[in-house]
Amino acid sequence: MNHSPLIFLGVFFALALSWFGLVFEPQLQLGNAQPTTNLVNLGQLYPQMPPGQARQGLDVYRSLGCAACHSQQIGQTGRTYDVALTDAGTNRSAVVDTLLKVKPDATAIEAQRLLEKPPATILKDVTRAAADAAVAKFEPTGAKVEVRVIPTGPDIARGWGKRRSVAEDFLFDQPVMLGSQRIGPDLADVGSRLPVANWHLLHLYNPQIVVSKSVMPPYRFLFEKRKIGREPSPDALKLAGKFAPESGCEIVPTDEARQLVAYLLGLRADTVIFETPMTVATANVSTNAPAATNAPAAPPTNSVAK
Amino acid sequence: MSASSSSAHTVSPDPRSDSVAPPADIDASCRVPVMVLLACAAVWLVVASVFGLIASLKFHAPNLLADCPWLTYGRVQPAQMNALIYGFAAQAGLGIALWMIARLGRTLLVQPGYIVVGALLWNVGVKLGVFGILLGDTTGCEWLEMPGYASPILFAAYAIIGIPALLTFHHRREPTLYVSQWFLLAALFWFPWIYSTANLLLVFFPVRGVLQAVVDWWYVNNLSQIWLGFIGLAAIFYFLPKLTARPLYSNYLAILAFWTLALFGGWGGIHSGAPVPAWMPSLSTVFTVLTAIPLIAITINLDRTFTGAMAKLKESLPLKFVVFGAVAYVLAGALAIVSAFPQFSQITHFTLFTPARTQLFLYGFFAMTMAGAIYHVVPLLIQNEWPSARLVRAHFALATLGLVFYVGSLSVGGILQGLALNHPEVPFAGALNRALVCFRVGTLGDLLMTAGNVCLALNLAWLLARCCRACCVPAMMAAVKPQVAEAAR
Repeated sequence: MNHSPLIFLGVFFALALSWFGLVFEPQLQLGNAQPTTNLVNLGQLYPQMPPGQARQGLDVYRSLGCAACHSQQIGQTGRTYDVALTDAGTNRSAVVDTLLKVKPDATAIEAQRLLEKPPATILKDVTRAAADAAVAKFEPTGAKVEVRVIPTGPDIARGWGKRRSVAEDFLFDQPVMLGSQRIGPDLADVGSRLPVANWHLLHLYNPQIVVSKSVMPPYRFLFEKRKIGREPSPDALKLAGKFAPESGCEIVPTDEARQLVAYLLGLRADTVIFETPMTVATANVSTNAPAATNAPAAPPTNSVAK
Repeated sequence: MSASSSSAHTVSPDPRSDSVAPPADIDASCRVPVMVLLACAAVWLVVASVFGLIASLKFHAPNLLADCPWLTYGRVQPAQMNALIYGFAAQAGLGIALWMIARLGRTLLVQPGYIVVGALLWNVGVKLGVFGILLGDTTGCEWLEMPGYASPILFAAYAIIGIPALLTFHHRREPTLYVSQWFLLAALFWFPWIYSTANLLLVFFPVRGVLQAVVDWWYVNNLSQIWLGFIGLAAIFYFLPKLTARPLYSNYLAILAFWTLALFGGWGGIHSGAPVPAWMPSLSTVFTVLTAIPLIAITINLDRTFTGAMAKLKESLPLKFVVFGAVAYVLAGALAIVSAFPQFSQITHFTLFTPARTQLFLYGFFAMTMAGAIYHVVPLLIQNEWPSARLVRAHFALATLGLVFYVGSLSVGGILQGLALNHPEVPFAGALNRALVCFRVGTLGDLLMTAGNVCLALNLAWLLARCCRACCVPAMMAAVKPQVAEAAR
């Protein structure tokens, strides 16, 4: 039996194919990825190297194994389109006529009202073709109409993010911890969903203070319990009721807790890039409030998480 | 250890002579190295179960052990996986692989002394790695959490064990290759390749961004499908015909399964929603679906080999384990193919369905097959029956029941959780609660499996203690007596 070398070569080739396909080839494609200026509106580089404290926080996140329960990848199942009127122009009657054609179920009074304070959404949740057709109809009237791209999917509807996560979002993560479980909510965009440091500190100290039914374990070892000195520390957590330490003591976050919170606040996947087209809502709709479905119980000390 | 290698040499005639070694001599040459590997594997199996139990209990009471940073969920859970994979699975797999290579090649195990050194070094590496994870030095990459100071030790230890294994294969006296040898050779060769690739590209010279995730998925998939899968299949293809005393139904089907699995098996593991260029998950899905070919070939082959041997199942306890392992392999493979479809993974990805699948593969297929092999091989190695057949039966019953509880409840819980997560109007806590109810049933499964593993470890310890008393005590007495006599004079 002298086929052994041939068999060995065959086995090597068969096995190494997956190495070429899933290690070597991706490295050729993405190995030298650089921050891009593909931004639609700002012209900044994306992504930016996170500040030092956030980078230290990533180490805390890694060390505590947070990724065992939290994923950092927002899924998107599709896109939907809205058509918005941004400027009615001067030929109002023509605009109203077109509006009634595009939106047959609207009454003339409703149409008039839509013209009064642009930008106003004319069509919601339509296909790209329908949106383009509507824009074409408005063209002769002189009104300015724009198509808004809105990513859809359960994760986005849940308020976990505004668009899907893409490769660029993780360029500076070391290590990259995408996670494979959702025992806790997705954290890819937690920095814009829950932007208050104090909320995170309370949540880390005892999750049930801010989310009453949470199964997340408390990370009390990231905090220091100490006697109140001459005057209370300005950094001490404001705890009330059954969560408060015994009198004369205060709970102060350690550096690790602060770093972890800095990291969490820096987790934002809301920049518009070419891979994930979406229209960023402007001015009058720019609240960072999370969707109601995901809202944790409001903490006594701040009102962001409503 | 030196005594064992010298004793092996006394039984060995000339390694270059063409005579076929008798089975008893082969077993004698394997005795010490394989027993060291198997005994350490049994200890790690219990350690992993205990970690698993702690992790599982944390879902009942989040405050449990919460003030001990060592035992926070995010550390205990990877510690459990690493103890199970590198502590138990790798060592049991290597031990059984060495024995099969020697037996199938009808030759003595080469350099058993080195293998013992390698095994001890491997244990040092795993210990260091698991402590590193508990201390917070994890690398953050799934299934590769062991820090950079442990992985080179593991690599070196693997080389010390793997080279004698290859030499044994090279010195074989039986020129015709059986399919198990193909699987073993491929597995032995493939582990250092994937382990070094993953460690170099993730830990020592990390690649950029999501490439890390891609490399990690590739590693996890290859470690389970190729390394563990091939060793487990080699054992099934060896022990099923042997224990039923029936020939393998078709050698050609087995070879077909081998080549198709080698070609398609290493590509899976990238789910469709991953934040990577779309061709990667697509390719991954296509190849995972193609693994249906080897899966069907294996199923037909094993089924035809086994039909008519039902009665043997009552006689042979090891056979029960091996058959269970084969069924779990087919089931896990089918679930893997179903889960590759984006429509299905959209629901089950990120849910408890994934750990259920992993457990079915790791414990249901691999650990059960290895347990069957251990129950068959160990008595041959140390020429002594198991002290308690009742403990073996208890192990089988507890492990089966535990696995059914665990995998059943977690898959149901995972699907419920996934369906709820896909309906944004269901609040997150509500979605999780459905899963947690099931997960708590899963803890019962964890408990039963732990008890089963303790049965295996106890039986093995009992056996070793008895052998030790039987052979070491007279030997020691013989060694001490002349000295005592001399001292008296």
